[in-house]
Amino acid sequence: MEKGKLMGFKPTRRAAALVAAGLVSTLALAACASTDEPAAGSTGSGGGKEVTLSLVAYSTPQAAYEKIIAAFQKTDAGKNVKFTQSYGASGDQSRAVAAGLPADFVEFSLETDMTRLVDAGLVDASWNTDEHKGMVTDSVVSLVTRKGNPKNIKSFEDLVKPGVDVITPNPFSSGAARWNIMGAYGSQTQTGKSEADATAFLANVLGNVSVQDDSGRAALQTFTGGKGDVLISYENEAIFAQQNGQDVDYVVPDNTLLIENPAAVTSSSKHPKQAKAFLDFVRSDEAQKIFAENGYRPVSESADTAGQDFPTPPGLFTIQDLGGWAEVATKFFDPDKGIVTDIERKLGVSVEK
Amino acid sequence: MASSTTVGGAGVSLLGAPPAPPATPSRRRPLHGKGKAIGLSLVMTYLSIIVLIPLAAVVWHSQSNGFSGFVHAVTTPEAASTLKLTIYSSILVAAINMVMGTAIAWVLVRDKLPGRTFLDTLIDLPFALPTIVAGLALLTVYGPNSPLGVNLAYQRAGVVVALLFVTLPFVVRTVQPVLMELDTEMEQAAASLGAGPGTIFVRIILPNMFPAMAAGTALAFARSMSEFGSTVLISGNIPFQTQVASVHVYNQLESDNVAGAAAVSTVLLIVSLVVLVALDMLQRWAARRG
Repeated sequence: MEKGKLMGFKPTRRAAALVAAGLVSTLALAACASTDEPAAGSTGSGGGKEVTLSLVAYSTPQAAYEKIIAAFQKTDAGKNVKFTQSYGASGDQSRAVAAGLPADFVEFSLETDMTRLVDAGLVDASWNTDEHKGMVTDSVVSLVTRKGNPKNIKSFEDLVKPGVDVITPNPFSSGAARWNIMGAYGSQTQTGKSEADATAFLANVLGNVSVQDDSGRAALQTFTGGKGDVLISYENEAIFAQQNGQDVDYVVPDNTLLIENPAAVTSSSKHPKQAKAFLDFVRSDEAQKIFAENGYRPVSESADTAGQDFPTPPGLFTIQDLGGWAEVATKFFDPDKGIVTDIERKLGVSVEK
Repeated sequence: MASSTTVGGAGVSLLGAPPAPPATPSRRRPLHGKGKAIGLSLVMTYLSIIVLIPLAAVVWHSQSNGFSGFVHAVTTPEAASTLKLTIYSSILVAAINMVMGTAIAWVLVRDKLPGRTFLDTLIDLPFALPTIVAGLALLTVYGPNSPLGVNLAYQRAGVVVALLFVTLPFVVRTVQPVLMELDTEMEQAAASLGAGPGTIFVRIILPNMFPAMAAGTALAFARSMSEFGSTVLISGNIPFQTQVASVHVYNQLESDNVAGAAAVSTVLLIVSLVVLVALDMLQRWAARRG
C-alpha cells in the first residue's frame, strides 16, 4: 500500500511539469496565430471589382433585409456587392463585433449596442448625426391580445388589473423587454405621475408577468402557444404574428414609447464606399417601403407605408424623454442596483417558497 | 483472471527458457520511459487547450472584481435563488436517474423483450437532439396546450422533467456494459448456496454495478448543473421561481456583467467538482469493500 502511494506520486509531479509545458506551447501557438492575422487580412483587400459586405444585425429584420439586399443589388451602386449575413440577439451580435467578428454594416435593436461599438472604436462617433439620428426603423411598444381582445386591454393601466396574465421577455437578457418596461414606466411619468408612482406601477405590471422568456421572439412563441392574456411587444412583431396567420390582435396604447433601431457602417470596414452606399439605400424610400411591408415604421416621412396602418398615438414619447439609453440602462437595468432589479427582488422574496 | 495468469507463468517457467524473461523487460522499458512521456505530454497539452485553459479563464474572470466582488456576485438574491434551485433540482434529477437509469439498463440487458434493440437506440436520442429543440418538444407535450392535459410549463416540475430528459443516457450507458460483462454464474452459485433473489441483488449484483451507477449519476448531476437549452423555454425564466443558474448567467452576460456571470459559473464548477470527486471516492471505497 505504502509503496503504491509513493509510486503514484511520481507521475503526478511529472504531470504537473507537463501541464506547464502544455500551457507554454499553447501560448506559443496563440502568439503565432495572432501574428498571422494581419498578414492574412491585407491580402483580402486587393480584390477585383466584386466586393463582399458583411451584414450583422439583430434577428427580427432578417426577412426585410433579404429583400432589401436583393433590391440594392439591382441598383448601380449595388451591382457588384455581395453580402454575408448574420442575425442574432442584438446584444450578442454587438458583443461579437466588439470581440472581432468582421462587419461592414450593423443594425441593432438598442442604441446601447451601438454605443458599445463606438466605445470600442469600431463605429465612428458621428454615426448618429444624420437627419434620422442614426435610426433606420421605428416601431412602438404595443399590447398583443387574444383575438377579439376578450380582456378589453387598451392601455398599460389595464395590465395591472387582477387576473391579467402578462407576458414580456426578461429585461436582463432581452433588449425588447427593456423597450416594453420603459413603455410601461413612461406611460406614467409622461402623464404627470411621479417617478415613485411610476416605479410602483411597474412593480404591479411585473407582478402580473407569468413568463419571462430570454428574447422577444421566444415571448411571442410563448404567447401564440397559448400562455397569457396580453403580450407586451413591438408593433412589428405583432404584425409579423398576424402575417403568419396567428390569431392575435394588438392595441397601440395612447401613451406609449417610440422604438428606434440604429444602424451604421463600421470604421473597420474594408469597403466603406460600398457599405455607405448600402446604408444610404436602407434609408431610401424603396428600402423603407420594404421595412413597412414587414411591419416596421419607416423613418423616412416620404416613404410609402405599403398599406400598413401606423397610427400615431397622441401620447407618443421617446427614450430621450426618459433620459436616453445611457442613463436608463444604469438607472433601471444595472444587474445589481437597477430599479427593475430591485422590483424583481422584492417580488421574488414574496413569491419564493 | 488472476489464476489464469499464474498458470501461464508457471507454464513458461516449466519450459525453462532463461533468456526469455530478461528480453521482455528490456524491450518494454523504453516504451515505459519515452513512450509514456510522449503520451502523457500529448494528453496534457490536449487537455490544457480544450479544458484547463478555458476553465481557468472562467475562474480568472470571476475574480476580476476581487474576492469580495466574487462573494457579492454569488450572494445576490437572484444568484443565490438560482443556484439553490439548480443544485436541488440536479440532486433530485441525479437520484431519479440513478434508479431509473439502472432499471432501464437492467431491462435492456437482462430481459429479452421484443423491440429491445429499438429501445436501446432510443436511449441515445436525447444526446442527438439540440437541447433547445428538446425544450420546445417538452413544451408542446407538457405545456399549456398539452394534448395529454398535463401542464408542467413555467413551474419547477417542468425544469426537472427537462433535466431528466437530457440526462437520461448517462446512467443507462455506464451501467449497461457492466451488466453485460457480469457473469451470471456468480448469481447461480449464490442461488445454489441458498441465497434468495434479494440477497443476490444486494450482495452480488449491486456491488458490481455500483461503481458504474455512481459514475453515471455524477455525470448526470454535472450535466444538470449546466443545462441551458432545454430549460430556457420550459422554465419561463421567472426570477426566484423557475430561473436556473445557467439562465441567470446568460442574463448577466446580456447585461454586460461578465464578472458576475463568471462568478456564478465558478460556483457551478466547484459544486460539480466536489460531487464528481465525492462520488469517485465513494466508488473506490465500494470497490475496495466489494
